[in-house]
Amino acid sequence: MTTGRYMGQSVPRLEDAKLLRGRALFVDDVQLPGMLHVAFLRSDDAHGILRSVDASAARERRGVVAVYTAADLGDYWRPGPLLVPPPPIEGLVFNAATQVPLARDKVRHGGEALAMVVAESRYAAEDALEDILVDLDPLPAVIDLETALRPGVSLVHEQFGTNLAAHVRQSKGDYAAARSRADLLVARRFRYDRGASAAIENRGVVAEWDARAEQLTVWDTTQAPIPIRNGLAAMLGLSESQVRVVAPFIGGGFGPKIMMFYPEEVLLPWAAMRLGRPLKWIEDRRENFYATTQERLQIHDAELAMTSEGRILGVQDVFLHDTGAYDPYGLTVPINSQCTLLGPYVIPNYDSEFTAVFTNTPIVTPVRGAGRQHGVFVMERLLDFAAKELGLDPVEIRRRNLIPPDAFPYDHEILFQDFRPLVYDSGNYPAALDKAVEMIGYDRFRRLDQPGLRREGRHVGIGVVCYIEGTGVGPYEGARVTVEPSGLVRVATGVGTQGQGHFTTFAQLVAEQLGVDVEKVRVVTGDTREFNWGTGTFASRGAVVAGNACHAAAQKVREKIIALAARLLDVAPERIALENGRACVRGADASIELGELARRANPLRGAVTPGTEPGLEATAYFGPDRGNAASGVHAMIVEVDAETAAVAIKRYVVVHDCGTVINPTVVEAQVQGGVAHGIGNAFYEQLIFDENGQLLNASFMDYLLPTALDVPTVEMAHIETPSPLNPLG
Amino acid sequence: MPGPHHIAMTVNGTRHQRAVEPRLLLSDFLRHDLGLTGTHVGCEHGVCGACTVLLDGAAVRSCLVFAVQADGRSVDTVEGLGRNGELDPLQTAFHDAHGLQCGFCTPGILMTLVPWLEKHPSPTDTEIREAISGNLCRCTGYANIVKAVQLFAGRRNDGKAGLSP
Repeated sequence: MTTGRYMGQSVPRLEDAKLLRGRALFVDDVQLPGMLHVAFLRSDDAHGILRSVDASAARERRGVVAVYTAADLGDYWRPGPLLVPPPPIEGLVFNAATQVPLARDKVRHGGEALAMVVAESRYAAEDALEDILVDLDPLPAVIDLETALRPGVSLVHEQFGTNLAAHVRQSKGDYAAARSRADLLVARRFRYDRGASAAIENRGVVAEWDARAEQLTVWDTTQAPIPIRNGLAAMLGLSESQVRVVAPFIGGGFGPKIMMFYPEEVLLPWAAMRLGRPLKWIEDRRENFYATTQERLQIHDAELAMTSEGRILGVQDVFLHDTGAYDPYGLTVPINSQCTLLGPYVIPNYDSEFTAVFTNTPIVTPVRGAGRQHGVFVMERLLDFAAKELGLDPVEIRRRNLIPPDAFPYDHEILFQDFRPLVYDSGNYPAALDKAVEMIGYDRFRRLDQPGLRREGRHVGIGVVCYIEGTGVGPYEGARVTVEPSGLVRVATGVGTQGQGHFTTFAQLVAEQLGVDVEKVRVVTGDTREFNWGTGTFASRGAVVAGNACHAAAQKVREKIIALAARLLDVAPERIALENGRACVRGADASIELGELARRANPLRGAVTPGTEPGLEATAYFGPDRGNAASGVHAMIVEVDAETAAVAIKRYVVVHDCGTVINPTVVEAQVQGGVAHGIGNAFYEQLIFDENGQLLNASFMDYLLPTALDVPTVEMAHIETPSPLNPLG
Repeated sequence: MPGPHHIAMTVNGTRHQRAVEPRLLLSDFLRHDLGLTGTHVGCEHGVCGACTVLLDGAAVRSCLVFAVQADGRSVDTVEGLGRNGELDPLQTAFHDAHGLQCGFCTPGILMTLVPWLEKHPSPTDTEIREAISGNLCRCTGYANIVKAVQLFAGRRNDGKAGLSP
């Protein structure tokens, strides 16, 4: 493992104390003088023609300050932006329909916002919701993916004349030819259910307009504060510098908090400016089940062509993807599914075709995994079926098809979600598989344990799956590192943080370069006043993209420190070493504290040398040419109760390769949390919509998240295959 | 609408008097009226456990209690743990074992554990898991929470730590 003073070390988290004492600022903790509270009226129906929304009685209610319907928004009523346009794939069809701030002529999913009430308290605002009269002619709801494309079915978006949102085909080689010479064809149908991201913190927005300073401040539970700021400025006719967006501590993100723009993010700042008072809206859990984006329903018809020796000749996959009522996030999720199916395997012929379908259900955007797990699920199940039919061991069939360690960069010849070719940069898949098999005691279990258990009448099985996670995608992130006269080092970066430990891992990267104690490094994330270039926290890219930017900025500051110290101490720069917060001369007693150097770099008298800059500060950006391929193997032993079909997880092993590990404890905790989410999806979580589009389990009583009793402690090992695509690997 | 009720309660050792609507939730009272925003609200229907506080020493979901029901009683919140800005031993164990990620559910988990650990000096992993099974966490997968509690219990049994409040 790559280690330094801080690199590769399990430094305890620097952000914990605030969180543990209940003193960290979350959006709902923002309290401002004169603040008003907002509640939204949401549609009970999933589909219908909206005749009118009459808010006159609500406006008369005591404590109500304003009520807005679509008609009250005037020119401000605009569909949201298309966040990710379709990638340049030949023959691609994409029908763009983005969400609206408040439904105007039509309702397209249950829970779509119809009106916004502003009142002196949240209680009063919710009271007033009941005064609003909605006149709606219901239409049949489009729920079932397979029938949605039939002629005569009602249309979610009439303008397209179809419920088809997209059709994309990507292929390599010649699957038909591969199929014709196969010894074995395995064809199966796979269905992956819809789930909620279910961050324990719901979404929220607080907006304050300071009319004298002409400054808008928005606290938002977003994963992407900078794009929110830029978009709001454009929508509201302000300059970007007039808008500050703060994503303070966020209580879990998992993808949906990077949807842009949610109606509430568009409406609160606008109304705060009109009313001249700060506004707060905090989503409640029931709203979260309708108004926060979801993911995961896909139906795959897949076929695997094999030789009798268990070599993959090709895969064909045709799938339906549920995009919900709108598709603002483009094709990110289904393209992830399409690409991730290929996994760590040599698959010479691939033919993948998907159809995205509009339905009268909440909007689909990435949720942790973002479509990747669908591909993994399909491929791994196909391999298990093939192993069974060929009489091969499931591990052996995988081993025979892994991309060898000397085959990188490995080109899959199709396009990934970042519009770049799907080329794996690095990996060591056989080593990961061997390690996982060894850790779980695979051979012994199959040979000795399992037959014994079976004789006792117990049904205990073992499963092994391999996967690739395309991550570390661009476009870029940045960071600014500053040594302050106090000797503290300040790091500002644009990505927001939702619990990933950025305050610690980024501090480790900077402390490593500057030779200071990690506790002396203060990281600021998610505040556009501190740093205003960047995209956001998504696709597991924070450590790769923002981490490399922090590293690069710290290196620049290091050079400045060394140059200044060498000049002041009158030695060659090569003789300067940075340790314990000081610039020291190697082999001599002389040294200067970094804080003192910071003061000397910002003199009150004399001149800053032309061509240099004051201070010990630098900004750097990192934009990877393309994403990285992280990889891993999961192995588990489960027991099924033959009478109740209850599944008990006996052991769970993960071998994980994310390249260079900055903080092993943080990485392991991320993996453990990801496994918990996967266990939830596999065994407990499913959003159930009836034929009218009513969500039948919109509460934590009925939608089951895994609890501490359901998630085992994962046994973990790391393989570190550094990526050649960035300096940190 | 019924008029306001005058209530008085002791929160983290300090007595507070307020006039509140009878329907005001204890969670909203603590967060908004008293500004004690360490108590978090995750579901408002008593499942997630993020809003757990102590009412006369017993762990309750403050979203399922009206403020008026706490009249004349004693409430402890996460802000009452630790002294002089220092973490208490349970909080320290959570820090040392990386028992939190986003930290949103953490105050509720701590407040669930405080009275429970008084009665369970040497819990097994399974007992710990049962004790926090009413607290949902989406980030950690719970493993390090169990580890943190074991770390705390071990240290306490080694005589290195006392439990507060």
